Amino acid sequence: MEAFLHQIFSGLANGIIYGSVALALVMIYQATHHINFAQGEMATFSTFIAWALIQAGWPYWGAFFFTVAVSFLGGLLVQRIVLRPIEKAPVLTNVIVFIGLLLIFNAMSGMLFDHTIKSFASPFPKDSVLASKYFSAHQLGSAGVLLVVLVGLFLFFKFTSVGLAMRAAAQNPDSAKLVGIRVSWMLGLGWGLAAAIGAVAGMMVAPIVFLDPNMMAGILLYGFAGALLGGIDNPLGAVIGGLVVGVLENLLGAYVIGTELKLTVALVLIVGTLTLRPDGLFGKKVVTRV
Amino acid sequence: MKPLDRKWVWFWSVLLLVGLLVLPFLVKNYRVFQFNLVLVYAIAILGLNILTGFNGQISLGHGAFYAFGAYTAAILMDKLGVPYWATLPAAFVVCFCFGFLVGFPALRLAGHYLALATFALALAVPQLLKYKGIEGMTGGVQGLVLTKPEPPFSFRFLDQPLSADRWLYFFSLAVAGLMFLLAWNLLRGRVGRALIAVRDHPIAATAMGINLPVFKSMTFGVSAGITGLAGALGAIVVAFVSPDSFTVNLSIFLLVGVVVGGLASIPGAIFGGIFIQFVPNIADEISKSAPAAIYGLLLIGFMYLLPMGVMGGVYKFWMRMRTKTAG
Amino acid sequence: MAKLLDAKKLCAFYGPTQVLFDVDFSIEAGQITTILGANGAGKTTTLRALCQVVRTTGSLDFNGGDGSVQLVGKATETVVRMGVAHVPDGRGTFTALSVEDNLKLGAYVRKDRAEVARDIDKAYARFPRLAERRHQQAGTLSGGEQQMLAISRALMLRPTLLLLDEPSFGLAPLIVTEIFRIMRTINQEDGVSMLLVEQNANLALDLAHHAYLLETGTVALSGPAQTIKNDESVRRAYLGY
Repeated sequence: MEAFLHQIFSGLANGIIYGSVALALVMIYQATHHINFAQGEMATFSTFIAWALIQAGWPYWGAFFFTVAVSFLGGLLVQRIVLRPIEKAPVLTNVIVFIGLLLIFNAMSGMLFDHTIKSFASPFPKDSVLASKYFSAHQLGSAGVLLVVLVGLFLFFKFTSVGLAMRAAAQNPDSAKLVGIRVSWMLGLGWGLAAAIGAVAGMMVAPIVFLDPNMMAGILLYGFAGALLGGIDNPLGAVIGGLVVGVLENLLGAYVIGTELKLTVALVLIVGTLTLRPDGLFGKKVVTRV
Repeated sequence: MKPLDRKWVWFWSVLLLVGLLVLPFLVKNYRVFQFNLVLVYAIAILGLNILTGFNGQISLGHGAFYAFGAYTAAILMDKLGVPYWATLPAAFVVCFCFGFLVGFPALRLAGHYLALATFALALAVPQLLKYKGIEGMTGGVQGLVLTKPEPPFSFRFLDQPLSADRWLYFFSLAVAGLMFLLAWNLLRGRVGRALIAVRDHPIAATAMGINLPVFKSMTFGVSAGITGLAGALGAIVVAFVSPDSFTVNLSIFLLVGVVVGGLASIPGAIFGGIFIQFVPNIADEISKSAPAAIYGLLLIGFMYLLPMGVMGGVYKFWMRMRTKTAG
Repeated sequence: MAKLLDAKKLCAFYGPTQVLFDVDFSIEAGQITTILGANGAGKTTTLRALCQVVRTTGSLDFNGGDGSVQLVGKATETVVRMGVAHVPDGRGTFTALSVEDNLKLGAYVRKDRAEVARDIDKAYARFPRLAERRHQQAGTLSGGEQQMLAISRALMLRPTLLLLDEPSFGLAPLIVTEIFRIMRTINQEDGVSMLLVEQNANLALDLAHHAYLLETGTVALSGPAQTIKNDESVRRAYLGY
């Protein structure tokens, strides 16, 4: 029983990470109605920037917030410069560009910071009073950070007019223009926010899995699965989806199949769920009249 | 079309055909091998385009069908001694059934949900192929080594022999030609219109009597079958199959090929095949240290230049020429 | 007195296809002007040209109170911010958002929060059905209710000029009468100038002060609405009744 609980808690801890990546994906989706396949690589690149700052002697939280700010700007610029020219192009053209961005960011991480695995500090000391038998201080700390981000996003989307405008611009850009929303800038804002969240996720992941250019590849997939499971338009659902995926992955790996096939089986189970509930577990059903 | 135009079309077509037939004798064997792969990929891309371009169902997992086709051919040739040309229809049938089955759960998914599901399929395939239980058939991690078929007769042209690669070139050319002809025939009739109707307005299509579930699953099946056939041909051309030859990258490359060539375009598949075969090599030559970054830049640049793919650009150019002469 | 809007030699294009050919028209402040014509005459395109949603050449002189401004070449969002609200054909509501969110978005560019709240109450008073459904997804509303929502959302801008594209389209006659009655009230009480595109010429001529008739992208006829309505030969030749 003890071992089983341990697997669950360990899964939850991983799930927090998947949840934050899922959150970033949902963020971009809410703003742009696109899934950004380059999200993971951008997050890794941000984490490398933080690492470089800490190596240069910056205090952790200074580097943290600076990286988040720079990532926000970076995401905004990527949208304004790279994506704006193809705003009107078909969805799949955008998908190919995302794949291109993925390759470029991945290569940049490798070129600027080389491929040796690096360790990344955690701001939550190991022997803190928070640590317990089931959760390390870092895992609890990460959960706390994620909670803060989540609450902030929820408040932003639900209660601010900019949040509402972003959602409107993503759903119906033509009508959004007719109420005076600068749709193009809303897209940029969405990308900036997503990049910032991705940076946070990366900096929370790195102490656990160590930092290298391919750090986020598998995590992105789990994050994507978590986002879909929770409903692609629901930030809270995304986080819960991420937690579920984390637990599922762990349980499958420990009790059902070895490590190689657990990725596949986890995905199959998720796909199965989606065929039963195509909008995700918490997604809102959008009614369209013919 | 004016009679004069038709003469020009015939002239250029014949010239093109002659050029294609002579081509393998003008270049070295390795180049011919690369051309063969272009043809193989073109067929695979054609298959995917039917599903994604014409019918709007996104698949990030067509590499799976390619792999299954390849392994079907390999196992038939290696373990059962089936002649290479017979493996192609076999692969089509196997992958058609498989695709049809995959098509059913796909009915409830759309857009990114379908993308994820098919992506999961693509990820699963190398793992499944390595599974120890079926190692006897699949050759496990090492895969299966096949023998390239010898040409049925020998001759020399322009001082070059009809090598195995050159023979396979003509074989692949014939197969590709046949597949493109079949696809063109299929798509320009009722089926083609139905595909596009389902893509653009599923509700209206249903109201007009198209049985949506069966139709979409059939589309999946045909698409998978064609890509599977390409996989079988690929196995023959490369003379080797292994689980790691069919990673997710293949599925992504096929999708790139579809978009680069032009969605819902049959001739576009050829340009897609050329792109995914040769552009990675070009990227490699430009930068040894970060070829992926160059490839990414080339991808993005290509999308800026031709957001509707090569055929989209050709169409736009033609339209501009026509309005110029008309005005 | 300067006109609210003066259009001169207005041409509009969908890609390479030209749809409006040197159209001249003007809108007086405080009045309802209507554009009539058969399908494909270019009525909807005229409204889109005004909002700069399609490519245009020519001149669109807008006197919204801050002096004369040229609309051609400006971004749609900028035109809107100058006080031009557009109720597009097809309603254009945000179907996945609630009725209340739709109204709030209509006032997006305004800074006066208290007044915005008051305007939302006013919209609910004018259209009680919207009040009943204020938290419902806009996509679940009926056609008539969506039209009410679309008009209310446009009014939330407190526009100087309200553009309406075929508000009667697809609606039951009773609802159409109701909506047209409310449009007259809005014009008379709040002084909102309107440019109305309509297929239902009868209704439009009853409501409007001035009318233009478009035929394949050019102005075939213009004049006071009542005059056109009473001229039988014009009605028979151009409006088919």
